[in-house]
Amino acid sequence: MTKNALVVDDSPSMRQMIAFTLREAGFSVTEATDGADALKQLDAAAPRLIVTDLNMPVMNGIEFIKHVRANVAHKFTPILMLTTESNDALKAQGRAAGATGWVVKPFDPQKLVQVVHKVVA
Amino acid sequence: MTIDLQQFRSAFFEESVEHLATIENGLLRLESRPHDSDLLNEIFRAAHSVKGASGMFGLHDLAHFTHAFESVLDRLRHNTLPVTIARVNLLLRASDMLHVLVDCARNNELAPAQAAELTAQLAAETDGAVIETSAVSAVQSPSGKQEFRITMRPARELLLRGQDPTLLLRELAQLGEIVAVSADTTMLPELPVLDAEACYLAWTIVLATERAEADIRDVFMFVDDICEVVIERVSSPGSEAIGSVDIAAIAPLAADVISDVAASTPARAERRTTNDRRSSQSDSSSIRVSTEKVDELINLVGELVISHSMVNQLVSLLPTEHSLRLEEAVAEMGRNMRDVQERMLKVRMLPISSVFHRFPRLVRDIAMSTGKPISLVMSGEDTELDKSVIERIADPLTHLLRNAADHGIESPDARRAAGKPEEGTITLAASHRGGNVVLEISDDGPGLNLKRIREKGIAVGLLRPDEVVSDEQLQQLIFQAGFSTSATITDVSGRGVGMDVVRRNVESLSGSISIESQPGFGTKFIIKLPLTLAILDGMALAVGEQVFVMPLLAIVESFRATPAQVTMVMSQGEVVQARGETVPLVRLHRILGIPNAVENPARALIVLIEHDGRRFGLMVDDLLGQSQVVIRNLEANFRRVDGVMGATIMGDGRVALILDVQGITRLGGRSATRTTGAPVALPELTEAAYAVA
Repeated sequence: MTKNALVVDDSPSMRQMIAFTLREAGFSVTEATDGADALKQLDAAAPRLIVTDLNMPVMNGIEFIKHVRANVAHKFTPILMLTTESNDALKAQGRAAGATGWVVKPFDPQKLVQVVHKVVA
Repeated sequence: MTIDLQQFRSAFFEESVEHLATIENGLLRLESRPHDSDLLNEIFRAAHSVKGASGMFGLHDLAHFTHAFESVLDRLRHNTLPVTIARVNLLLRASDMLHVLVDCARNNELAPAQAAELTAQLAAETDGAVIETSAVSAVQSPSGKQEFRITMRPARELLLRGQDPTLLLRELAQLGEIVAVSADTTMLPELPVLDAEACYLAWTIVLATERAEADIRDVFMFVDDICEVVIERVSSPGSEAIGSVDIAAIAPLAADVISDVAASTPARAERRTTNDRRSSQSDSSSIRVSTEKVDELINLVGELVISHSMVNQLVSLLPTEHSLRLEEAVAEMGRNMRDVQERMLKVRMLPISSVFHRFPRLVRDIAMSTGKPISLVMSGEDTELDKSVIERIADPLTHLLRNAADHGIESPDARRAAGKPEEGTITLAASHRGGNVVLEISDDGPGLNLKRIREKGIAVGLLRPDEVVSDEQLQQLIFQAGFSTSATITDVSGRGVGMDVVRRNVESLSGSISIESQPGFGTKFIIKLPLTLAILDGMALAVGEQVFVMPLLAIVESFRATPAQVTMVMSQGEVVQARGETVPLVRLHRILGIPNAVENPARALIVLIEHDGRRFGLMVDDLLGQSQVVIRNLEANFRRVDGVMGATIMGDGRVALILDVQGITRLGGRSATRTTGAPVALPELTEAAYAVA
């Protein structure tokens, strides 16, 4: 059965690109525009992977990651953060919130797939 | 697998346009709300999105510039740099450059030299401390096969990060060959006290690989804070026997344990949602549709309406006893058709705010460069118009606004002397009124200077020195080509020419523009536009063997004239008495060159037309009835013809040309006093119209 990936980013073009890349890699993809939207779709999507931007309106990435980890069904779901800064503080914050790993933007799609393979069986 | 992202480029550009608008509008609002952190964050995020995405597409100039821009915004939103007018001005200039860079990126052009200058200025704001993006770490070159002993000791909470140790092992295995692996189970507690969500195991792996140690360490890059990793080179390969465990044998046992444990953790289970409903994929309440698709649909609906009216006509010819039910069905179809048509046209309607939003910036810039404080008050921004009308009204509106700011409002000194508040006010209002959209641009300046207009009119030869003209006619003079009253050619509104272009643009939208001016109090321009360019309420007129459609709005009344009502006046040509006044008589057959028309006014029909405050009598053979017609564009398929604004197909299948009132007025005016170039030969025009239809 195809695994679902939940992609969260307020930029439609980023979302489309990531969704496209993940579909090519064999995932089915659910898209969300921000943390709150993603939480609404979380149960129905039942993702095996979550890819999220950090800077989003309504609910940002760090908040979203904390909420996901508080959901018992997703305590162990791999979560990747998208970050444009090689800002160590932000990565540390993300990890403290429960993020599994990160991809630095801009990234080439191959890189995203590589990182996904690091964290998804 | 190579993945091509270029298909998303156009989506990126569309999205960038929105982000840039957010940035510009945000910056404009920032001046009056410098401490609004939500606003600062909004602007930051928009810049951040553009930066991230542009990097993805390899648009480095844009990414680099946006990065510098974003850095300043970041300081502002974190309050490490205060918002000042100078800074906002710099950011606004940078915002303009962003537009330029996006266009360059879209057209594959190089960025202009000023981009580097502005980048430096932005960097100066952050003391050059632009957040550096780290270089991609270089791939280590293989250094011959070696053996490494790797010890990994994860902290208890490793699993809670969504990490899976087996994936780490798998990744290590991909670097070379795992010679031996053993698990350290010494920390594993007894089952009753075991926390299934904690990681108690550690592993020692001997890996034979050609890769460098740094590559091995990279495997653990996400867990370097919660996993102790020791990597040692093994001096003599093969000498280490670390009691390998047969993982294959253990795996199925482990699987059983895991599923049992999962089933027995109810104590900490939070409330699970019991309903299985599938939430809608994405709660977006709108979808993007290309305008071509919408236009195609509207065309098709137009065709449907025409076909329907043909069916209707045929049905009306049937003997009634058979056709009653058919008539009813066709009438019902007609109602549904009109409904669909109306809704389709509404699909193309957008709020005029998309045009209005650029004006605060425009007025602000003019106010700054002329040293006159001016405030712009806008209302009715959510008034909706057809998309193409909006696009084509943008330039005329911009011109009128520029004029109002540059010439309309007087200097602060003059204002003070006149007892007015120092700050000038320009009002821009949009509203729906009686099937039209009305746009009003007014200023509270000194109003039109009629004396200067008169002088200029004489100077450029539009008026004879002794000619007596009303104030209204003087005002209309500014719409004539070649007219300009600004004493100097200002940088801002160019040569002051363009009012004629404004009027032409408005008319080409089947709209009208008029002026109201009160000396000392201000000037107001009123533009009336139809809600849609696609359909028209018209009156069908017969002239010769042709059918024409006249927009209903322009018709006052129609009547048969008695010979006594039609006379010839020396300087003006034929005139007719209508409603107590004398108006010019315009023979449609003559100005359009139609043969076999009724030439005797007593036998013809006079349609009293009103346009722009002026009236004239249009002489036609007969009235054929009122109908709502679908406008087919003639210009796109033939060329622009004076007096004709499109074509349509009547219920009987005949092609009818739709008359343009303004054009007819002008043609009529010219033919009454002097001959001009020959009108387009009608047969040629009709042929083209048939091709269109």
